[in-house]
Amino acid sequence: MHLSSISSFIAKGLNTSDIISTVEFNHSGELLATGDKGGRVVIFQQELESKNQPQCRGEYNVYSTFQSHEPEFDYLKSLEIEEKINKIRWLPQKNAAQFLLSTNDKTIKLWKISERDKRPEGYNLKEEDGRYRDPTTVTTLRVPVFHPMDLMVEASPRRVFANAHTYHINSISVNSDCETYLSADDLRINLWNLEITDRSFNIVDIKPANMEELTEVITAAEFHPNQCNTFVYSSSKGTIRLCDMRASALCDQHSKLFEEPEDPSNRSFFSEIISSISDVKFSHSGRYMMTRDYLTVKIWDLNMESRPVETYQVHEYLRSKLCSLYENDCIFDKFECCWNGNDSVVMTGSYNNFFRMFDRGYRQDVTLEASRESSKPRSVLKPRKVCTGGKRKKDEISVDSLDFNKKILHTAWHPQDNIIAVATTNNLYIFQDRL
Amino acid sequence: MQHKSKMAGADGDDSLYPIAVLIDELRNEDVQLRLNSIKKLSTIALALGVERTRTELLPFLTDTIYDEDEVLLALAEQLGNFTMLVGGPEYVHCLLPPLESLATVEETVVRDKAVESLRKISQEHSPVDLEVHFEPLVKRLASGDWFTSRTSACGLFSVCYPRVSSTVKAEIRQHFRTLCSDDTPMVRRAAASKLGEFAKVLELDYVKSDIISLFTALASDEQDSVRLLAVEACVSIATLLPQEDLETLVMPTLRQAAEDKSWRVRYMVADKFSELQKAVGPEITKNDLVPAFQNLLKDCEAEVRAAAANKVKEFCENLPEDSRETIIMTHILPCVKELVSDTNQHVKSALASVIMGLSTILGKDNTVEHLLPLFLAQLKDECPEVRLNIISNLDCVNEVIGIRQLSQSLLPAIVELAEDAKWRVRLAIIEYMPLLAGQLGVEFFDEKLNTLCMAWLIDHVYAIREAATCNLMKLVEKFGAEWAQNTIVPKVLGMANDPNYLHRMTTLFCINALSEVCGQDITTKQMLPVVLKMSNDQVANVRFNVAKSLQKIGPVLDSNALQTEVKPVLEKLDTDTDMDVKYFAQEAISGKYTTLSIFFLYEVASLGPLHLVILIHFSP
Repeated sequence: MHLSSISSFIAKGLNTSDIISTVEFNHSGELLATGDKGGRVVIFQQELESKNQPQCRGEYNVYSTFQSHEPEFDYLKSLEIEEKINKIRWLPQKNAAQFLLSTNDKTIKLWKISERDKRPEGYNLKEEDGRYRDPTTVTTLRVPVFHPMDLMVEASPRRVFANAHTYHINSISVNSDCETYLSADDLRINLWNLEITDRSFNIVDIKPANMEELTEVITAAEFHPNQCNTFVYSSSKGTIRLCDMRASALCDQHSKLFEEPEDPSNRSFFSEIISSISDVKFSHSGRYMMTRDYLTVKIWDLNMESRPVETYQVHEYLRSKLCSLYENDCIFDKFECCWNGNDSVVMTGSYNNFFRMFDRGYRQDVTLEASRESSKPRSVLKPRKVCTGGKRKKDEISVDSLDFNKKILHTAWHPQDNIIAVATTNNLYIFQDRL
Repeated sequence: MQHKSKMAGADGDDSLYPIAVLIDELRNEDVQLRLNSIKKLSTIALALGVERTRTELLPFLTDTIYDEDEVLLALAEQLGNFTMLVGGPEYVHCLLPPLESLATVEETVVRDKAVESLRKISQEHSPVDLEVHFEPLVKRLASGDWFTSRTSACGLFSVCYPRVSSTVKAEIRQHFRTLCSDDTPMVRRAAASKLGEFAKVLELDYVKSDIISLFTALASDEQDSVRLLAVEACVSIATLLPQEDLETLVMPTLRQAAEDKSWRVRYMVADKFSELQKAVGPEITKNDLVPAFQNLLKDCEAEVRAAAANKVKEFCENLPEDSRETIIMTHILPCVKELVSDTNQHVKSALASVIMGLSTILGKDNTVEHLLPLFLAQLKDECPEVRLNIISNLDCVNEVIGIRQLSQSLLPAIVELAEDAKWRVRLAIIEYMPLLAGQLGVEFFDEKLNTLCMAWLIDHVYAIREAATCNLMKLVEKFGAEWAQNTIVPKVLGMANDPNYLHRMTTLFCINALSEVCGQDITTKQMLPVVLKMSNDQVANVRFNVAKSLQKIGPVLDSNALQTEVKPVLEKLDTDTDMDVKYFAQEAISGKYTTLSIFFLYEVASLGPLHLVILIHFSP
């Protein structure tokens, strides 16, 4: 694959509120939404295909920006609630407008993004500019008429789903029945109807009676792409549980448990931390799921619980560095992962603004860098290599010179095309495969 | 700003100005004003006349679908009643464009309302217009790009089908078939929920050929949210078919639904069980539904068991008379017995709310032998809701075996609830007291329950004391003034000497509640002296409540007592050192008290010594 930049959005300065916290394409790929630490959602729209370059789809431009969440304070618990957007999920399109769910730690909101290109004109008692007319001059009634105007994109909040989570929400996922969605926090998963905000059903609760017995937390959860009764959730212990909502109303009993036996030779103080799963994603086909832990990406076949069918090393060279990564807290970074449109390639992020792609069929992998230099238009991204041995070849970068402050946690892949979105701390890069 | 001018066109005498305001407010910034304006849309249309309504107002409304849901909802509703305003049935099709755009918005309530209005105006179309204008709209919606329009189409087939030619009928059936196998589950759900309704307007042959295959397909849809809606359709389809076809056409699907892998589908079967039972008739009920019902009562999911438990009485009632008792005794009762000790309290409480109804069906002997032990077990259940449900349905048993049989267990159960640590449980049982009193009779009540009712008057939670006061009033309504005079009035009045001022106030609250039901005689002779005496109470809260009580019982007293006894006391209170006492005395004298301030001050009074501070803010 030869990726080159089609759009990049570089934040001015280093505001923490600009740090991108989630990236998500809609179902057609025409729109891309990002959420940031400042509670904003920015939506990018792909320009229509240009005539002179037919095979090259247009670049992405800002379509709409709105403040989704505001900082809040929970007076009962004396807790500040950050405005940071943890996740965005698009709803399948239901009419000309677009809908998305965005969530911070506590509150999920449903937003409608719609276009308006007409506005009414003509008042009876005042002029268009607001000056009042002398009512005695009004001798006939005027009905307002719609006239074309410049396109306006509006984002309006449609529903607020609040007060259902005691802990921090880490995932939301829309069900294929298009009627319900789930939201997961550290210890519980709730099921909501998209149209009902005042109640939700608890479907998983792993909170022990005594919090001192707490040994694992829920790290991510997702619905199956086409079986509306199936969802999975991953845990900090490296396991994934698959639940069937048909079996019972409360899914505390999982129907499948995916877990790879630990390799005793690799056991260390950090084993448990690095086995914690930071993201789980079903393949589009629904046959596989992918999990990301600190050092690897694993692909599981839903029909085999005992071990993953594929395991990819993301940055094995960090195994010797776990101690310092623990000290600077990097070991707790939550990397996400994504599938390409036909489930043949997976992608996930790493440090030093590197991101990795694994081609499942050809068993090939590549390390690429998202940076200002690489984002020059038309230039093709060059593979990067990290060297671990003593001797460094040309173009290689040594493990010791990796910048751990530059990390790519969030990436997204266009649902059909080979277009990817990569968020470095507060910059967004969009690359496209050039054939 | 009163400007009058003659209208050109419609009703010439109307003032132009208010209409102009209404029209302008259709696009006001303030949603409430827009909403008000939309709700007066008929006024606007009337002023504009039919011609301008059609050519100007409706095109404008068609484009206003950007508005808030509540405005769109009101608009969708208004348009259903607009036929005369556009020029009568001849022009009714002009209403289709705005309703069509409303039928595609994302809000279900708005779409449903638009569909409802479309269904309404479809009846006003002539058969020709229906084919020329209405049916094409249904087709457009049915083949729309977005699922919102396709879901709306599902609700429109049944209203135009009976009134169109056979070629169009064939098209409509084809469209419905397509929607039943739509890609999106939302559309399949909409189609499934309208399947029964559509089947009703179809010719029986098509029901058998078309509907049954669609029904079977929807009932085995991969999404359980679609399958569960097919259960509902099952009821209407079964009603339409002749008995001999049910076995082959409906029963295989119904059996499959009752054993579906998804608990939500089984729940739906349990929830619709009575309707299903009526639809399939007695023979199939005996052979098929009885075992199915047994299984639902034993289901592994508590939600299903609870839904089935709720239907126990109705199911048994509707069993064919010749075999009813045998079926209940041999098949249903064993399952019910198990449910009494279910692990889930919702299941037990669902059962408790209907189980008493079985006694009328089974008669005295069976009730005593088989049901009574179950009632008694539920009366001792650990969950208060179960016990409450039993107690609230005692009347059914009373009719069959008389309450004496139960009373031995009933009493401890009631006493336990009456003394429950949770005040909300105590409150719930108080609310059943008047009902119980009616069922148990005055004798039993005096003997066993009266003490409880009086004890609640000195409960430490205000809400309980308040409910107890209200309870006394209802008891007097049941047992009469004479009973009150002998049993409760002396006890209530006795509390006037209680050292606790809160209890003394309870006396006043009771008097407020009882004076009217007890009548003039008791109020004047027994209650009034006590109230008057309390005007010397050392606690200001008691004194100003005396003023309030005097105002409250005033209407019951005769004018002589008012003049000679009440007035001097109020005048004395008017000179009280406490400003609140003064205030209420004045209020009582002038009687100009508003309901709102009663509410506030009543609340304040119950707060005790804090009242002064708060009253400063509330004084008018």
